[in-house]
Amino acid sequence: MGKPKRKTAGAGALAALPLYVFALVFVLGPLIYMVALSFMTRAEAWGVVPEATLKNYADIFQPVYLETFWESIKLAVVSTLLVIAIGYPFGYFMAKLTAKWKKRTMLLLMIPFWTSSLIRLYGWIIIFRAGGVFDSCLMALHITEEPLKMLYTYPAVVVGMAYALAPFMIFAVYSSAEKLDFSLVEAARDLGATPWQAFRTVSFKLTLPGLLSGVVLTFVPSMGLFFIADILGGNKVVLVGNLIQEQLMKAHNWPFAAALSVALLALTTLILFLYRKLSGASDLEGLV
Amino acid sequence: MQLEGIHKSFGDTPVLNGVSLSVRQGEFVTLLGSSGCGKTTTLRVIAGLESPDSGRVLLSGEDVTRQEPNRRDVNTVFQNYALFPHMSVGANVGYSLKLRKVPKADIQRQVREMLGLVQLEGFEKRMPAGLSGGQKQRVAIARALICKPRLLLLDEPLGALDLQLRRQMQQELKRLQKKLGITFLYITHDQEEALNMSDRIAVMRDGRFQQVGAPSEVYDSPRTSFVARFVGAANIVYGTVEAVEGDLVRFTSTDGSGAFLSRGHSFAPGRPVTLAVRGEQSQALKQAGRAQPGLAGVVKEKSFAGGMLRIAVELPSGGTFVCSRQGIDSDLAPGDRVKIVWDPAHACPVDMD
Repeated sequence: MGKPKRKTAGAGALAALPLYVFALVFVLGPLIYMVALSFMTRAEAWGVVPEATLKNYADIFQPVYLETFWESIKLAVVSTLLVIAIGYPFGYFMAKLTAKWKKRTMLLLMIPFWTSSLIRLYGWIIIFRAGGVFDSCLMALHITEEPLKMLYTYPAVVVGMAYALAPFMIFAVYSSAEKLDFSLVEAARDLGATPWQAFRTVSFKLTLPGLLSGVVLTFVPSMGLFFIADILGGNKVVLVGNLIQEQLMKAHNWPFAAALSVALLALTTLILFLYRKLSGASDLEGLV
Repeated sequence: MQLEGIHKSFGDTPVLNGVSLSVRQGEFVTLLGSSGCGKTTTLRVIAGLESPDSGRVLLSGEDVTRQEPNRRDVNTVFQNYALFPHMSVGANVGYSLKLRKVPKADIQRQVREMLGLVQLEGFEKRMPAGLSGGQKQRVAIARALICKPRLLLLDEPLGALDLQLRRQMQQELKRLQKKLGITFLYITHDQEEALNMSDRIAVMRDGRFQQVGAPSEVYDSPRTSFVARFVGAANIVYGTVEAVEGDLVRFTSTDGSGAFLSRGHSFAPGRPVTLAVRGEQSQALKQAGRAQPGLAGVVKEKSFAGGMLRIAVELPSGGTFVCSRQGIDSDLAPGDRVKIVWDPAHACPVDMD
C-alpha cells in the first residue's frame, strides 16, 4: 500500500506546484520587495536610493500618523460592531430557513457582487447626499425636518464599510449556524434553560467560531478599504489605507508608504494571532 | 402523568389521533410501535417540545399542556444523545444544576455521584467526541437524571448500540429506575426490549394506542391482530364459527378447522372470527388422521434461530403459518404434508371491536 500512496503524494505535490509558483511570484516576492523598500531612502525627485535607514519606521511614530492608525482601528471596531449587529442574526436565522428560501437569500446576497463595488459605493452617494433618498425618506416620515447631510460624514463611512463587509460576516455565521444541531437547543430547554439561556450556553457558543472568523473577515479588510473612506468620507476621514495611497500616489514617498504597509500588515497579523488564540480557547469553554 | 385525548397534526398529516394514557409514579411504561407511529411525537408533547392541537398533559394532577419545557419536571434522553459537543462530560451532566445556580462544589459532588451511578467515574474532564456510543448514552442518562425529575422520557436510547451492549444497558436502566424510583416512559420499536423491561406496554399504531397492558397481557391476550403480529410475531388465522360448546368455540376455514376459548366474548355460529396463534404454542403433526381437526398444509422451509426451530407451513389459502419448537431436531422436511394443531386455550380471538 505504501507505493501507490507515495505516488499520489508526489502527484499531489506536482499538482500544487503552480500554487507555489503563484504564491512565490505574486505574494512572497512583492512582500519582500515591500519590506526591502521600507528600509530605503526616498530619492530627491522620484523613486528610491538604496541607502538603509530606519527613518521611515521612526516617522510612523509622529503623532499625526499614530492618530491615523488609532482612527483606523476605531473605525474598524465600530464597523465590525455594526456588521456583527446586522450579520450575526442574519446569518443565524438564514441557517434556519427552508432549503428553498436559503437558496433565494443566498442569491440575493450574491447579486451585488456581480457589480463593481465602486459603482455600488456611488449608489450610496445618491442615497446619502444632501436632499438624497435618505434625507427625503426621513423628512417624509417627519423624523427630521432638515436634511441630515449624511454624505462626507463619519457615519456614512461606517455604513459604507458595514455594507461592503456584512456579507462576509453573514456567510461566516451562516456556515457555522448551519451545522448547529437543533436537538441540542431542545436538550438545553428540556434541562431547564430558558430560550435565552439555551441560546447563550449552546447556540451562541457553537456559532462563536463563525462569528470570530466573521470578525476577522470584517476587521482586517476594514483597516485598508481606503476608497470607501475616500468616496463616502470626503477628506474628513483619513485611514491608514488613505495615508498609504497618499504617500504612494501623491507624495511619491515609496519607502514611507512601504513602512506604513508593513506596520498595517503587522497589526492585522497580530489580530489574526489573537483570533487563533481566542478560537483555540473557545474549544475549552464550558468547563464546570 | 396523564395524557388526555392528545391530537396533533403536522400540516395535513395527523400524527396523534386521541392518545390517552395514565402512568403511575415509579412505573416503567414502554411505548412500542414501528417508526412513524407517533411515539416520538407523544414523547415530545409530554416534554413540551411540541404543543398538541387538543388534549391535555397532566403531571401529578397539574395541567402542564401550555407550560414551557424548561418549567416541566420532566427530562428527556434523546435518541441521538444530544450531548453538548463544546462542553466536557462534567459540564454536560452538571448543566441543569448550573442553570439552577447550584453552588459549584455541590455541582461537582452531584456530577461525581451521577457519573458513579452510570459507571463512568472520573470521566468529568473528557469531551463527548472522545466517547464510545455506550459511554455517550450513559452521559445522556446521567445528565437527564441529575435533577431527579418526576418523569424521565427515553426516546429509543439503546437504538444505536450493538446487541450485547443493548442487553447490558437494558438491565442497567432497569436497575437505575428501581433504585431512583423515577417514572420511566420508554420508547422502542424492539418488542423484546419492551417485554423485557416494562411494567406496562402501550402498543401504538397510526397515532393511536392499540393496547395498553402488562407484557404478559399484551403477549398472551393481544387485542388486535396488529398487536399479535407486532409483539412476538403471532400467526393470524381467519375462520367462521361453527359451534359453541360452553367456553369452547369450534371454527372452520378454507385450510381446515380448529378450536379456541371464547375468553368472555360471545360467539354465534356463522360469525367470522380472527385468531392469533403463537408459533411456539402450536404443533405441526406429520401423522394425522383425516378426521383430526387442524389446519392442513405443506412444509415450505425450516430454519434455526435463537435456540428455536422455525417451521414455515404453506396453507392452501396462500398464507403461511410458522410453528416453532425448542431444539434443532425435527422429523419434518420441506414438502411434508402436515396438520397444525394447538391447545384451544392458546388461541386468542382478536379484532373483536
